[in-house]
Amino acid sequence: MATQHARSAARLMMAPAVILLLGWMLVPLTMTLYFSFKRYLPLRGGDLGWVGFENYARFVTSSSFWPAVQATLIIVGGVLLVTVVFGVLIALLLDQPIWGQGVVRILVIAPFFVMPTVSALVWKNMFMDPVNGLFAHLWKFFGAEPVSWLSEAPLFSIVLIVGWQWLPFATLILLTAIQSLDSEQLEAAEMDGAPALSRFFYIILPHLSRAITVVVLIQTIFLLSIFAEIFVTTQGSFGTRTLTYLIYQRVLESQNVGLGSAGGIYAVILANIVALFLMRIVGKNLDA
Amino acid sequence: MARAVTTRRKTINSLAAWTVGLLIFFPILWTILTSFKTEATAIADPPVFLFFDWTLENYSVVQERSDYMRFLWNSIIIAGGSTLLGILIAVPAAWSMAFVPSRRTKDILLWMLSTKMLPAVGVLYPIYLLFIQLGLLDTRIGLTIVLMLINLPIIVWMLYTYFREIPGEILEAARMDGAGLREEILFVLTPMAIPGIASTVLLNIILAWNEAFWTLNLTAAKAAPLTAFIASYSSPEGLFYAKLSAASTMAIAPILILGWFSQKQLVRGLTFGAVK
Repeated sequence: MATQHARSAARLMMAPAVILLLGWMLVPLTMTLYFSFKRYLPLRGGDLGWVGFENYARFVTSSSFWPAVQATLIIVGGVLLVTVVFGVLIALLLDQPIWGQGVVRILVIAPFFVMPTVSALVWKNMFMDPVNGLFAHLWKFFGAEPVSWLSEAPLFSIVLIVGWQWLPFATLILLTAIQSLDSEQLEAAEMDGAPALSRFFYIILPHLSRAITVVVLIQTIFLLSIFAEIFVTTQGSFGTRTLTYLIYQRVLESQNVGLGSAGGIYAVILANIVALFLMRIVGKNLDA
Repeated sequence: MARAVTTRRKTINSLAAWTVGLLIFFPILWTILTSFKTEATAIADPPVFLFFDWTLENYSVVQERSDYMRFLWNSIIIAGGSTLLGILIAVPAAWSMAFVPSRRTKDILLWMLSTKMLPAVGVLYPIYLLFIQLGLLDTRIGLTIVLMLINLPIIVWMLYTYFREIPGEILEAARMDGAGLREEILFVLTPMAIPGIASTVLLNIILAWNEAFWTLNLTAAKAAPLTAFIASYSSPEGLFYAKLSAASTMAIAPILILGWFSQKQLVRGLTFGAVK
């Protein structure tokens, strides 16, 4: 058992990590909170005094707020749908005995290691370009009019790019979960004559529910703050301005720090709501 | 027990899996192939797949024109440095939480995780301001510190889950043999912890290498890593497909290789032990 000596040594060893993270969390957050109650325009007069909750009210009543909420929901929801549905299907496929399983696995996982700026630019120019992109060639081959993806179907395009990046993550986690399924249960069901579809819905899917929840929660947190993909493709135009991008523009582009900080606080609250659910699952697992 | 599988079924499954795999991998493959084409071949109509005159010209052009080595060096310093620094800080913390747990250990772990959930954009201006004031803007040391901080929770968590798998009986045995805390750590725990630490290092280098919010917003010319290097191809250089492809291939190749080694750790590292 741990002695008193070991306990105090342990506390000392934990201190640097705890203090650093505490500072990293508290210092900037306090500053954001402070700015959010001020009219603060660094390039146009600087600190113009306290304004109470005015920034918070202005952020949600500005004409770009609801479109941003909508864009965020569509992108996050779309990517979640794509990654979970295809993730489950691909994981089921990879769980089967196949030739060259290791290689296929690597092919499927690869997009996760591509940096966001590369994947966004490659998709934007080499696939979605209406003149020279591969899709344009493909469309022409079938006699269709090439589509200018990023301006005509901007949200769909972003979902495609981001979905491609996150599919490996979902697949890998779901595959890990499927592999932990007791195969005897499936065999028993099969012998009792349960068709493949009901085996999937009554045994596999319930078994995966926790892994799917984890995928959804973790991805939501990361997807709420996607930035580079929009930064190098549309710069927020064509209705792809998400909440994160809107806040970024308020803070760094138009240098309205007060307004942007109020938006930032909203983003923090939103992320914390999602995080709360995730923590409960993770916390439960920690006890087990 | 493995179920008996007919060859026919295995063939069909393999075909399907390979099709899906190649489809997903295709954008990367296409980028790599295009990097060896001339600009004219790169936009040929219809597209040329394999049979073209392979050339290395793009690689030398990209290197000459945009000083690739400097960006690469920045990426290496920032990703490597932040991971190393993070490990130095996280190992003692994870260690003490795994081997001398107290009632608060779980709360501390969850709280650390919660700092990871902080949306970067919410603290963008304060960090930006602090960076200006401390003279850290567009410096490698500044970026190294920020990336270390955003990945520290993941590092602590991963190490914690690895350390917890080391059986406590071994420690007791060492103590019975008269080992002090220092001997215990140096000669008993460290050798058993090396694999876990190695995987943690690998995953975090990847995460830091690909980080594209702070690296884009806190750097300009001097300290910009590869993420920013590629972003500068946004336009109009992005329309030169062969050069864009060469630059992209050079930016992702090192990490693709590391990634393949660390695919098993990915699940553990990114789900905080919620999926095993």
